[in-house]
Amino acid sequence: MRRIRAAAVGAVTLSLVLTAAACGGGTSGAGGSNEQPKTLTYWASNQGASLEADKKVLQPELDKFEKQTGIKVKLEVVPWGDLLNRILTATTSGQGPDVLNIGNTWSASLQASGALLPWDEKNFDAIGGKDRFVDSALGSTGAEGQDPAAVPLYSMAYALYYNKKMFADAGVKQPPTTWDELVETGKKLSKDGKWALGAEGSNLSNNIHQVFVLGKQHGADFFTADGKPDFTSDGAVAAVKQYVDLMAKDKIIAPGNAEYAQNQSLSDFAKNKTAMVLWQTASATFTSQGMDESEWGVVPAPVQSGKPGQGTGVNSMVAGINMAVFGNTKNLDGAKDFVKFMTSDKEQIVLNKAYGSIPPVKAAQEDGAFGTFALSPLREALATSAAALPQVPEESQFETVVGTAVKELFADAAAGRPVTTESVKAKLEKAQQQMPKK
Amino acid sequence: MADTAHRPSRSPMAPPRSFLWSRRIFLTLLTVFVLLPVFVMVTSSLKPLEDVTGKFQWIPSGLTIRPYFDIWETVPLADYFTNSLIVAGSATVCSVVIAVFAAYAVSRYTFRGKRVFTVTVLSTQMFPGILFLLPLFLIYVNIGNATGIALFGSRFGLILTYLTFSLPFSIWMLIGYFDSVPRDLDEAAKVDGCGPLGALFRVIVPAAIPGIVAVAVYAFMTAWGEVLFASVMTNDATRTLAVGLQGYSTQNDVYWNQIMAASLVVSLPVVAGFLLLQRYLVTGLTAGAVK
Amino acid sequence: MTTTAAPATGERTAQRNDPGAAPRRRRSGRLRRIGLPYLLLLPALLLELLVHLVPMVIGIVVSFRELTQFYVRDWTTSPWAGLDNYTLSVDFDAPVGQALLHSFLITCLFTVLSVGLCWLLGTAAAVFMQETFRGRGFLRTLFLVPYALPVYAAVITWAFMFQRDNGLINHVIHDQLGLTDSPPFWLLGDNSFFTLLVVSVWKGWPFAFLIMMAGLQNIPRDIYEAAALDGAGVWQQIRRITLPSLRPVNQVLVLVLFLWTFNDFNTPFVLFGKSAPAAADLISIHIYQSSFQTWNFGAGSAMSVLLLLFLLVVTGLYLLFTSRGKKASDG
Repeated sequence: MRRIRAAAVGAVTLSLVLTAAACGGGTSGAGGSNEQPKTLTYWASNQGASLEADKKVLQPELDKFEKQTGIKVKLEVVPWGDLLNRILTATTSGQGPDVLNIGNTWSASLQASGALLPWDEKNFDAIGGKDRFVDSALGSTGAEGQDPAAVPLYSMAYALYYNKKMFADAGVKQPPTTWDELVETGKKLSKDGKWALGAEGSNLSNNIHQVFVLGKQHGADFFTADGKPDFTSDGAVAAVKQYVDLMAKDKIIAPGNAEYAQNQSLSDFAKNKTAMVLWQTASATFTSQGMDESEWGVVPAPVQSGKPGQGTGVNSMVAGINMAVFGNTKNLDGAKDFVKFMTSDKEQIVLNKAYGSIPPVKAAQEDGAFGTFALSPLREALATSAAALPQVPEESQFETVVGTAVKELFADAAAGRPVTTESVKAKLEKAQQQMPKK
Repeated sequence: MADTAHRPSRSPMAPPRSFLWSRRIFLTLLTVFVLLPVFVMVTSSLKPLEDVTGKFQWIPSGLTIRPYFDIWETVPLADYFTNSLIVAGSATVCSVVIAVFAAYAVSRYTFRGKRVFTVTVLSTQMFPGILFLLPLFLIYVNIGNATGIALFGSRFGLILTYLTFSLPFSIWMLIGYFDSVPRDLDEAAKVDGCGPLGALFRVIVPAAIPGIVAVAVYAFMTAWGEVLFASVMTNDATRTLAVGLQGYSTQNDVYWNQIMAASLVVSLPVVAGFLLLQRYLVTGLTAGAVK
Repeated sequence: MTTTAAPATGERTAQRNDPGAAPRRRRSGRLRRIGLPYLLLLPALLLELLVHLVPMVIGIVVSFRELTQFYVRDWTTSPWAGLDNYTLSVDFDAPVGQALLHSFLITCLFTVLSVGLCWLLGTAAAVFMQETFRGRGFLRTLFLVPYALPVYAAVITWAFMFQRDNGLINHVIHDQLGLTDSPPFWLLGDNSFFTLLVVSVWKGWPFAFLIMMAGLQNIPRDIYEAAALDGAGVWQQIRRITLPSLRPVNQVLVLVLFLWTFNDFNTPFVLFGKSAPAAADLISIHIYQSSFQTWNFGAGSAMSVLLLLFLLVVTGLYLLFTSRGKKASDG
């Protein structure tokens, strides 16, 4: 008995020591090296209609890159559901790709882990300089005052999509430009089992995007300047309440939307069940749901008053994808070359066109392909009236706790329970207490 | 069902009506419960995408078999299927063999540390699986760095993981089944000149076939359906079905009809396998051999 | 201790009796007899160490550390947190502790109900199908279908059916039967507990059925025959013979069903996504949120260790209770 126990203890200790010792060296040297200059591994995020569709878009471009540089890029398209966990395990073990796509809202969180190559002056020069990129997109690449953790690759913004026929049937001439107009229009549209606006009440990220923008319009940020959570300011409470009230008080969002998290609001829109939806680049989805491009229109997302702009005129978050280099890459120069290639004017046009997104590279953005009726409102928003989500390491906690608070408020609204300033504030208070103490 | 009473059955007495009626009602209700989602899957898989997301109808208005062709284009379903078969198949075989050995030792031998072994093995089922994820990944990577054996991202690593996942229950279950095989049988075999392994394979294993098949089915399904570990421990080339199916739901589109069609297609071979195996699952072999 | 002494004695005896080739053979025979069980256990033991035990030990170590995104790159550099992670988890006056306690209680209730129903359905189906009747083989395969469908697909289909506006469930109870004034939500609010239970039972009962069916094969026929001769009816036979004979199988089955259901992650995750409604906030989802989503692995590990302790106690009591009266089969 004693022997076995001793052996077991020994084995456990030994493997622990091995693990500990070995992982100590796992991710040393965030500078990377050039040991394997001929290959690169690239994790792409899923941007197109399917993983296979993405491969078809990217592979020809990677072949071009190989022809130019002789570097073979091994591509893997990682589904969104897996991407963050994959990055996490890669970070922990040091065993990851050389180059990868990240959701731009993760930038600060991943930056804090120290796993990504910092894009200092020198590195940016290697890909043609920082000023090639649009400011708003650069604003979502990491915490302020630090070297960015990633480089913008694709940009997107929110806009208001509307159903032309439903508008005409209800006698609405102009799509709304302010929230008051939207509610007023919405009341005309919401009847006979049809509803004015769609929402994804159980999709935490989407909730965050919407209340963040409304927060800006109410002059509130969800974090203080020094990075402390500040969810219960009057502006934040007003923003959350205004969003949930679209269902609770104004009754222009169908109660059923409270449980939506699988883009059902887009299906409803394509089926003429809801007249408007606030979304980022939804056109491809409408098409696949059987709705023709001539049936819908798109205008800038609403503001409280006046015209979209900075400050309280913000009407979209800066959505998009960044490209990052993993700190311990064995092909540092190759990785930078690859980023340079992917952010070159020519590739930017090809890729963003294929994905229906907007290039964050100024020169590429001018291309006619991004001035179509479907994309120009998005381009406009990115250039003038979009703001980046808080660039703090706790961003993902923020999305979880505040996104959940909004979800619960929607559930209350849908069940007919009152949503008051007090109840909103209480939910946000609880959310704030769940944030890590600093 | 009705003629049960007239057939020769296990108990010589004909079952009373109350028994027959309870059985009929119970099994009918259970069948409805089991089949309801399957019905939804079948009908949804035969609809165009824009119809799937609409209001539910018992009788679908328009039918199409397009989803059954599209599923192969949207994700490399055939590759995922092959991966799943290889991973789940290998894990099952290894798990059953290893569990048979371990259960034999526990069931037929007295040795020190037996209790510690069985309890420790069981305690592994008490820790939430998600917390194993990061440490296990670390260990695999470090073993890989030290020995050059690729454990993460490879099918081998996944096989190792899954076979271990199913081990604790398999061992516990087989101990029970082996215990119920009378010891006189293997003693007799040993007298006839069989070694300990001979007794195991010639007497105990054949007598415990239903239990072993049940454990094998369990081991297979554990590996077949596991999502979380597969999602971080596989890559493009080794991704299994359980995670691969999520490829039908992308950021902007959820291809409900294709999810359902693909699930049905990949489940068919498994159900067929069950059909073949169920003969062994319920043969009266043991009962005959034992007495 | 004895293991060390035993071969030595053997050697001595051998030398005394019969010097030459014989002692070696006899010694190795003796070694083999003692070593054989260990040899048989070795593969299982090694794998358990690699995949389960060492990661568990690492998890326990991590629970005493402050492992956040600032340290994940090399967890050995994370500062020791002492009992901070634990005090945070069990401070039931603060939101984190409250949420954990709530989640724990929900999970307990859910587990008891789900295991009970899975066991009941599985056992009833197995017993009813013990004797042959027409269509038995077909039903037997049919009942294993929920087990054969990939978890993701099965659960997403249920979520699809439980949709408020478009789902089958509301179509039946609201549109067709008119049982409710307005279509209820099944994936939000308090009903979500019921939804989770239904899906969990649907997915879990075939396993109980499978194991019970295999267990029934070990009951010798002549016991039934003897009972029948004594005049016992079918119901009595089930109560007096079938169920007691299934006891050893039951003991393990109920225990593992309990442990798995308690730690089930896939079902609630696919059903509700990253944030389950409060009424269905199972502990595994809760821990996932407290570790993966918020990158705080120290806190998540501490919660897991607390869970481990709880389950150890429950399992210990359960084994003690169910084994009482039963002869201890091992020494």
